[in-house]
Amino acid sequence: MRQTIVTAFAAVLVVAGLWAAPASAQVQIDINHPNVQPLPIAITDLFGASAQDSQTGRDISQVVSADLERSGLFRPIDPKAFIQTPDSLQIQPRFADWKAINAQALVNGKAEMTQDGHLRVEFRLWDVGAEQALIGQAYNASPLGWRRIAHMIADAIYKRLTGESGYFDTQIVYVAESGPLKHRVKRLAIMDQDGENHRFLTDGADLVLTPRFSPTTRDITYMSYYRERPRVYVLHLDTGRREVLGDFPGMTFAPRFSPDGNSVIMSLEHSGSSDIYVMDLRTRHVTQLTSTPNIDTSPCYSPDGTQITFNSDRGGNQQLYVMNADGSNIHRISFGAGRYATPVWSPRGDLIAFTKWTGGTFYIGVMRPDGSGERLLTQGYLVEGPTWAPNGRVLAFWRQERMTSRGRGGSDKLYTIDLTGFNERQLITPLDGSDPAWSPLLP
Amino acid sequence: MKMRFLTVVAAVALLAACSSNEEAGKANTGAGTAAATTAAAKPGVVPGSQADFVANVGDRVFFAFDKSDLSAQARQQLASWVVFLKKYPQDKLTVEGHCDDRGTREYNLALGARRANSVKEFLVAQGVPADRLKTISYGKERPAVLGDNETAWAQNRRGVGVVGE
Repeated sequence: MRQTIVTAFAAVLVVAGLWAAPASAQVQIDINHPNVQPLPIAITDLFGASAQDSQTGRDISQVVSADLERSGLFRPIDPKAFIQTPDSLQIQPRFADWKAINAQALVNGKAEMTQDGHLRVEFRLWDVGAEQALIGQAYNASPLGWRRIAHMIADAIYKRLTGESGYFDTQIVYVAESGPLKHRVKRLAIMDQDGENHRFLTDGADLVLTPRFSPTTRDITYMSYYRERPRVYVLHLDTGRREVLGDFPGMTFAPRFSPDGNSVIMSLEHSGSSDIYVMDLRTRHVTQLTSTPNIDTSPCYSPDGTQITFNSDRGGNQQLYVMNADGSNIHRISFGAGRYATPVWSPRGDLIAFTKWTGGTFYIGVMRPDGSGERLLTQGYLVEGPTWAPNGRVLAFWRQERMTSRGRGGSDKLYTIDLTGFNERQLITPLDGSDPAWSPLLP
Repeated sequence: MKMRFLTVVAAVALLAACSSNEEAGKANTGAGTAAATTAAAKPGVVPGSQADFVANVGDRVFFAFDKSDLSAQARQQLASWVVFLKKYPQDKLTVEGHCDDRGTREYNLALGARRANSVKEFLVAQGVPADRLKTISYGKERPAVLGDNETAWAQNRRGVGVVGE
């Protein structure tokens, strides 16, 4: 199923540049200002000649609209306010009609099923003020791929208007939780970043934790208590095959892929001490990178693969450290009040996101890799485990609500938040969720 | 060091008392530790079983926040585990390490492992063969008590013995 869609996408036809953006275009979003007013954008239903094509066009436009709205940077205008009709819009936008409803940007296009059974979709993005087309693209895919086309259109619009790469054509893998709080059933689950196409990857028989994507998005490394032996595994999404990484006497945990996908870095526990190791997946050769009686865990590579950040209690309590990829030059980077954990390097390389705890409150924050510029984005009774969207502008994390003495609350939910600390949204999942990991843009 | 000496003495005393269930019960009450064995007095509880261990020895010890060292109370409790394990040499013991939820998931997995290992090291030092002992950490994934308050957290920071064969 998945395979079918992906293969079809090899045939994606991109005609970007057909409507080259003129230098006079004015509409632009400054993403670095958190209080920026969302850009009013009119996203019309993609035109379809048949009833079926018309429905597909409407579905795609709704997904595009929802993606852009969720980013907090766009305000899609209610289609009920639109003046120009879709069939006349097909010929040429009447910009006065769009200015009248204060639209600054306009999206139109069409969807059609081709004779060979492919879905062909075109869209154009217009600068209403400048009365000019900004971009236009066409896509061919299997009919099942309409959602991905919608996310790719949203990414193209986001990129054109913010200057940043998009993050909508992505997936999130996480731990779905159900059952009694004392003995939660935990299953790996995967979904599109908007919560659609949700499916479970494991059956709940074994406790599973901390899934993370490979750079290709086709493999997940995670921890499983299969046969009550807590170990790091890799799950190959296309085959469903699972394999344990290595045969060690103690627990292996906290895995992440290296940026080139050739290695998995993880913690290995032996006689109560946890150190950081890296396994080359091609040779299965294992290299020990840290060696103390302390707890060294939650390792994560820099995007260029030259450095590793991790947390350790070697200084007395949990703090963040950075070292070279060969384990040399270990130095502490967090010096604020409290404890720091789960450092995750931004895909852009400029920031490290973390979980912090001080004074009974947990925070999600970011700092530069040298430890400067600490900024806290959100807080709660328990917030934990940030993960970056591939453009480094949005983070997902999980939040556990405080439990009352009557045993209410206490469940985990997924959230997203902008790097600015604004636009926090719950990511709706069928069950409770924790340990989200955001994929790179899908190949 | 002094504490360890005292614990050994307590363990020896318990061992000596094991020849008589009644006396064992009294001695244990006096020492403030769980009874090493009174299983015979309870119908349906198989001596040397997990049920026996839970009911008559006490299957858990507790830790301070973010700590894995054993308190005097924990050492006393573990001394009675040693007695039990020596009395039932066919038994194996899995030591589970657990944490409260005031910490991050991965760190707590490591902390739970350190707690389980503390318990194991004590038992081995008291003469329990290492090959009868196994450790596993559950981090903060398996709370014993629900509630977001100090009482609940204290009961969740624990090492638990699970008897198997």
